[in-house]
Amino acid sequence: MIINAAELMNRTGLSKATLDIWITEEWLIPATSGAETIFSECDVARARLISDLIDELGVNSEGVGVILHLLDQMHGLRFAVAQLVTSDRSDILSQPQ
Amino acid sequence: MNDPYETLSVSRDASQEDIRKAYRRLAKKLHPDLNPGNKKAEEQFKDVSLANAILADPDKRKRFDAGEIDAAGAEKTRDRFYKDFAADASQGPRYSNSSGYADFADADNLFAELFRRQARQAAGADLRYRLTVDFLDAFNGTNKRIILPNGGLLDVGIPAGLQDGQALRLRGKGAASVGDGPAGDALVEVSVRPHAFFTRLGNNIHIQLPITLSEAVLGARVKTPTPAGSVMLAIPKGSNSGTVLRLKGKGISSGGRKGDELVTLKVELPHQTNPELEAFLSTWAPGPDYNPRREMVS
Repeated sequence: MIINAAELMNRTGLSKATLDIWITEEWLIPATSGAETIFSECDVARARLISDLIDELGVNSEGVGVILHLLDQMHGLRFAVAQLVTSDRSDILSQPQ
Repeated sequence: MNDPYETLSVSRDASQEDIRKAYRRLAKKLHPDLNPGNKKAEEQFKDVSLANAILADPDKRKRFDAGEIDAAGAEKTRDRFYKDFAADASQGPRYSNSSGYADFADADNLFAELFRRQARQAAGADLRYRLTVDFLDAFNGTNKRIILPNGGLLDVGIPAGLQDGQALRLRGKGAASVGDGPAGDALVEVSVRPHAFFTRLGNNIHIQLPITLSEAVLGARVKTPTPAGSVMLAIPKGSNSGTVLRLKGKGISSGGRKGDELVTLKVELPHQTNPELEAFLSTWAPGPDYNPRREMVS
């Protein structure tokens, strides 16, 4: 599902100026197709999360960067742990320490 | 549905500011993206959001107090959060990173084994090949075999009607994974060699068919090549150079429809001078209407 910048702004209520800042800050990392930036459903959800942090939870812009960085690490860890629990663990657990 | 005042733990006469604070306190604790593994928090957060949607809006709050709307409110709560996308391996890696555990990967322990395993599961690289096939092979479809630089063989099924420049993807025929992951794909770009007399335009086949003067003037049945074999083509009396005849269904079939072969006639005079023809033409006069350069007369 490919979403362009106008549709993302429409669905999240973001202004162009705000979106540009978020992209500069690398809070959102869109893909590019030619001259156009394109987003996914994942980016829409992430934009809503950032809006929640700022508007609902009162996090300032310094805090947003810190939270996203920690969240991204947590999702990396969650992915790794998910791999661990879905793989056959017996041989890993019997590895010599 | 719970009483929104109870959900936010505020009294019925709480100020809007108290409600905002109470909501913010709960949201910080319960926001699903801050608790990605906690289903209970997500359910609670939805209740809190609903309660807030009613109480944070003085107008809705008044209507709720007056019993005009119920605790379900009107607001639709979000059902997918960022965490639901981040959990998807195909979406996640763009943002998620390993700096939370990269230091484990060097060690000789359970996590290190896990990360090495993750690396091993990465798919092998896609390999690209080029293949040239004859026009008629592309028309009819065929099987081709590529001899790979490493001596291996790759069998490529050419589907009927393949177009010049089309790429075929052969799943799992690319480079093997460095670990236990699936092999990459082979991408075979196929060029179609031009044919001596057939050309393809869309799903139609075009051909120029030389005919004799008498076939043009008197009409004839002429053996005409098509990619699927020769057929007899009826040339109507009085056909001309440039006349296009259609052989229905002799083109490329695609999506259940068949293209046609379009035959452009081309009258060819004998190569050697022919005294009889010359003698005849010197005595023959066309009608007064006959002027092939009519359009050019200024």
